[in-house]
Amino acid sequence: MSFKDKLLSSYIAFEDYLEADSPLHDLRNEAIKNFETKGFPTKKDEAWKYTSLNSLLKKDYNIFSNKEKNVELKNVRKYFLHEIDTYKIVFVDGVYNSFLSETTHDTLDVCLLSSALNKSKYKPVIEAYFNKIAKDDSLTSLNTAFTKEGAYINIPAHKEVEKPIEIINFSTGNEAAMFLQPRNLIVVSENAHVQIIERHQSLSENEVLTNSVTEIFAEKRAYMDYYKIQNDAETASLIDNTYISQERESVCRVHTFAFGGNMVRNNLNYFQKGERCDSTLKGITILENKQHVDHNTLVHHIAPNCESHQDYKGIFAENSTGVFNGKIIVEKDAQKTDAFQQNNNILIDDKATINAKPQLEIFADDVKCSHGCTIGQFDEDALFYLRSRGIGLKEARALLMYAFANTVIESVKIPELKVRINKLIANKIGVSLGFEL
Amino acid sequence: MLKIKDLQAGLEGKKILQGINLEVKPGEVHAIMGPNGSGKSTLASVIAGKEEFEMTKGEITFENEDITELDPEERAHKGIFLSFQYPVEIPGVSVTNFIKTAINETRKSKGEKDMPASDMLKMIKEKADLLEIDRKFLSRSLNEGFSGGEKKRNEIFQMAMMEPKLAILDETDSGLDIDALKIVANGVNKLKSKDNAVIVITHYQRLLDYIVPDFVHVLMNGRIVKSGTKELAYELEEKGYDWIKEELV
Repeated sequence: MSFKDKLLSSYIAFEDYLEADSPLHDLRNEAIKNFETKGFPTKKDEAWKYTSLNSLLKKDYNIFSNKEKNVELKNVRKYFLHEIDTYKIVFVDGVYNSFLSETTHDTLDVCLLSSALNKSKYKPVIEAYFNKIAKDDSLTSLNTAFTKEGAYINIPAHKEVEKPIEIINFSTGNEAAMFLQPRNLIVVSENAHVQIIERHQSLSENEVLTNSVTEIFAEKRAYMDYYKIQNDAETASLIDNTYISQERESVCRVHTFAFGGNMVRNNLNYFQKGERCDSTLKGITILENKQHVDHNTLVHHIAPNCESHQDYKGIFAENSTGVFNGKIIVEKDAQKTDAFQQNNNILIDDKATINAKPQLEIFADDVKCSHGCTIGQFDEDALFYLRSRGIGLKEARALLMYAFANTVIESVKIPELKVRINKLIANKIGVSLGFEL
Repeated sequence: MLKIKDLQAGLEGKKILQGINLEVKPGEVHAIMGPNGSGKSTLASVIAGKEEFEMTKGEITFENEDITELDPEERAHKGIFLSFQYPVEIPGVSVTNFIKTAINETRKSKGEKDMPASDMLKMIKEKADLLEIDRKFLSRSLNEGFSGGEKKRNEIFQMAMMEPKLAILDETDSGLDIDALKIVANGVNKLKSKDNAVIVITHYQRLLDYIVPDFVHVLMNGRIVKSGTKELAYELEEKGYDWIKEELV
């Protein structure tokens, strides 16, 4: 039985088990039909030309975890930004773990999608936002059909959340191979401010495939800062589908740090629905071995006078491959759009590959759109400069990599996170430079 | 200290240095002058070990050791320092962190431990004062957004910190106004001792008013065509290089 067939037959049992009056019945049924028709994307789909799911889909994944496994704080402490100073929504094998979490309902909701879906007081929010911005592509539909659990964050108007919120998905390797589908819903109301950190972490060498969907709604003048840390085990793969809807004068920034995992696909979609929105998409990708990371971005400029800034830096070693597919659409009404896209790559080894493809579709006539893409090697003059100061080749390269990625690092707004990311980078490039980067 | 014999080197098959002979002893200051394209910067880069230049003939010894096969960092560890004409910008790495790395990597190569932080800070303060460098400057990203003068002063600051046996100053005077030039020259002079040596590469005699050379060499078409004392520099300033060309013919 193919994985698709397994999913389709599991769906019937899954849907039966849910309460009959679930508001999502129709939505789920429609979504599974959509998935059934479209199936998993293949390399024949233009958007999946450079990323194949074939070998991943041959594994026999468990769709639901059969038994719960305990995770001790001391073993996972290092994956948290803070023990105390953050809100935490922690899932273990797709199941909420209250012991590791710190949620709240005190003036803001940092809790679970399962309770938001089932409790009547959340009904208006769910009806207004759930699945309203997610596209109907097959992977998102698959997630919608099986939606059960994930983070639910609702920040009321004018609320400035005083500490970052961490969404962490652990997988324990309890099953030989596990398929996870977290579903997050985030609403940032008018003039509210929030910082969110998302991480997927496998705690074993067993196979994990995650197909995650996150919907984010930024209302008027809302400010959201979102950090995705992707530094997972070599047996973990991730398909991240993130949809962001922005109302006027909102600011949404997403930083993606892709340092690990077997295969990672980031589908990051922005829809600017109100005037004077500001969208920032930045990323650092550092890969080695046979790792593969595919950044697929869409910025859809629908309203006038908006800005978007994209800055993706990639460093590829050994047999690793990267994809950057950045699409900008400027609608006819989106006059005075200022859209900027930059993608710079360094290939360290001969066998490393990057496929970069900027796509601009502009239907308005008074806009400023620019994009730049470079693929290169280390600057020999810069290397010589560093080496002439007594710094060895490996360390000199590391310093240059760090300098190369710096435009992205310096825009991280959480100081502790910046330190953490610098350490991850230093680890990743295998040097100790005698100072904290 | 430094002995160069019949050095021939080039870039991508093009011959630039056509047989250089030069000996620099401890305590000496040598000036190398010459028109554009004569090979001055190439000579500096070859001594410091830049790999893209191919050395086709000759030898370079430093303290009686053949250094031609050594990597640039190994030459730096032995005490050779090159002040760059065009220093490279390294965003995100502060001047202080950079110099710490350079010093500790050099110590590591000799099997020494890292310099204690308090000693490092003391030394940084002392050398920064010597070159009249503002503290704020030290926390800025290396060379990023520096003016031409700031870059050069930063090069000499690095030299002061690394305390090399042989310092090669490649066009350190270009981009400096007269006040900055005096500060830089004063710094170089204070670091001078009977045990170290300096090679000053320059177009103009101006810098040599402040860093007084024991010897002046004229480089033309990849050869040292004339050597003399500091008076030669004045003569060049006054008459240009054409008279030497004529003399050679």
